[in-house]
Amino acid sequence: MKKINFKPRLTLALVLASVFVLGCAGAPSVADLNLLTQQIVKASFRDEGIVKTSALLNTDETNRVCSQADVDGKPLDEKTAKAIEAVNLQAVKWPSDGKFLGDWKEGEKIAQNGRGLTFTDDDKTVVGGNCYNCHQLDKKEISFGTIGPSLYNYGKIRGVTNPSSPEVKLIVEYTWGKVWNAKAYNACSNMPRVGHNGILSEAQVRHLVGLLLDPKSPVNQ
Amino acid sequence: MKRTLTTVLAALSLACSWPSLAQKTASQGIDEYRAMLQDGNPADLFEAKGEGLWTQKRGPKNASLEKCDLGKGPGVYKGAFVELPKYFADTGKVQDLESRLLTCMDTLQGLNVTEIAKTGFGKGEQINMTALATFIAAESKGMKFNLSQAHPSEKTFYEVGKRLFFQRGGPHDFACASCHAEDGKRIRLQDLPNLTKNPGDGVGFAAWPAYRVSNGQMWGMQQRLNDCYRQQRFPYPGFASDATIALGVYLGVNSQGSASIAPAIKR
Amino acid sequence: MADPMRIRAQAAGDKATVRVLMSHEMESGQRKDAAGKTVPAWFIQEVTATLNGKPVLSAEWGPGVSKNPFLQFVVKGAKAGDKVAVTWKDNKGDTRTDEATVS
Repeated sequence: MKKINFKPRLTLALVLASVFVLGCAGAPSVADLNLLTQQIVKASFRDEGIVKTSALLNTDETNRVCSQADVDGKPLDEKTAKAIEAVNLQAVKWPSDGKFLGDWKEGEKIAQNGRGLTFTDDDKTVVGGNCYNCHQLDKKEISFGTIGPSLYNYGKIRGVTNPSSPEVKLIVEYTWGKVWNAKAYNACSNMPRVGHNGILSEAQVRHLVGLLLDPKSPVNQ
Repeated sequence: MKRTLTTVLAALSLACSWPSLAQKTASQGIDEYRAMLQDGNPADLFEAKGEGLWTQKRGPKNASLEKCDLGKGPGVYKGAFVELPKYFADTGKVQDLESRLLTCMDTLQGLNVTEIAKTGFGKGEQINMTALATFIAAESKGMKFNLSQAHPSEKTFYEVGKRLFFQRGGPHDFACASCHAEDGKRIRLQDLPNLTKNPGDGVGFAAWPAYRVSNGQMWGMQQRLNDCYRQQRFPYPGFASDATIALGVYLGVNSQGSASIAPAIKR
Repeated sequence: MADPMRIRAQAAGDKATVRVLMSHEMESGQRKDAAGKTVPAWFIQEVTATLNGKPVLSAEWGPGVSKNPFLQFVVKGAKAGDKVAVTWKDNKGDTRTDEATVS
């Protein structure tokens, strides 16, 4: 249902007025501002296409804690960070068939694809991993972002010549876990939790792990 | 248009696969393309249209916008753009340019602004809104941003805008900060300004409204914010809603002292 | 009736640099819309310019020229006060003429 923008304005004006009455010494308190921000978010955003406002309003503890840390300009303390990472690690869904690596050719397609889940997409849009937006992967691809570290030679650098060998088990698991839920290893990572948040399927994550670790993958050439 | 860009990109990738030739980086190639675009900005066409709309008598009240107060008094448009968003006593709200244009279209011309706010970008009255915003922005071209933080509402909206900027959400946990809170980063090959501080003349807040060559569209700040939120996989931000205005306050105050180049031209 | 062109003409010595921005969709005829249908070709085919009524430029354009095209040329023997007129004709038979004074 579409919201008319002008109606909630009166309510907001009243909220603003009451905020100033409460904070009678002058400036509204941090709690007041946080509350006001939430009310403005509720009044300003509407459902559109396949995106519902609940996606924004019901965000989880990880996002709430990390957003607050960013506003405060202070990194999380060690204890809180470890707690957030533990919660996310616990939630990682490991491969149901025990196979960690998929087809790197499919992985490259998924990494290149930046579409899906926006309010102009529909259920038929093939959702991609968005990887090249932030990372370098295949050296042949010159259009890569720098928001995340380069993943060129990811497997090679870590000495993964045989992904099934027990020596590299931890690396393989870490790679799956990181792709599935980046916050399991870095509480306030900028990286989306592509498995955990249902952006990509288990099969797609498997292909991405293949792209990163398969010695034949262009990433490791 | 699309074909020109494809041709340029094709030429760039050819250059990169022949190492024996003098090699340009991809960024250098794109900078050269940008320089080529600077002369002949189609934003001029929208500016001219907006100028016409400012003086044209329209709406049920058959009035022009010449008495519209954009913050420096009725009818004054020179320098108004670089002081927005700001607090307006007549509405009791902090308003940005497009919100203020809605107010004037409502009070002076009697147009149905609820409908205009619901209309999609590039359709119906939104085309006129974009033209008007382009015209008003052009009347402050080269001037330095100087937003007021004197009124309590302005200070409050800065704080709200800051919280919105860092608010992570949606399936990707994206916030504005995911892309715009660090120096020297880029998404694919598009450089990203750090908007938590002054990013310099003609960058970020100082570069919109702008004409986008890749899709041949003129975008105001409202459309720029709307599309950012779309890419963040957020729900739809209402046109001229408080969230968009608060963000404008945060971005505008951060860019204090930088020069506006609006209406600009982008790839 | 199509939107007006923006023409600026500046004299320097015995020459004038003329800059023209034309408002036109310039559909190549190759593009497909969201439904998959080809958007029909609609583009400027002919551009002419005159200086004080005398033809000084004529151009034939094809579908490769982008939307809202920008044209710049230098014309000899122009001085401040002279009139420059630019005309375009498109493949649908639509046409537009705009004029500017050399400054």
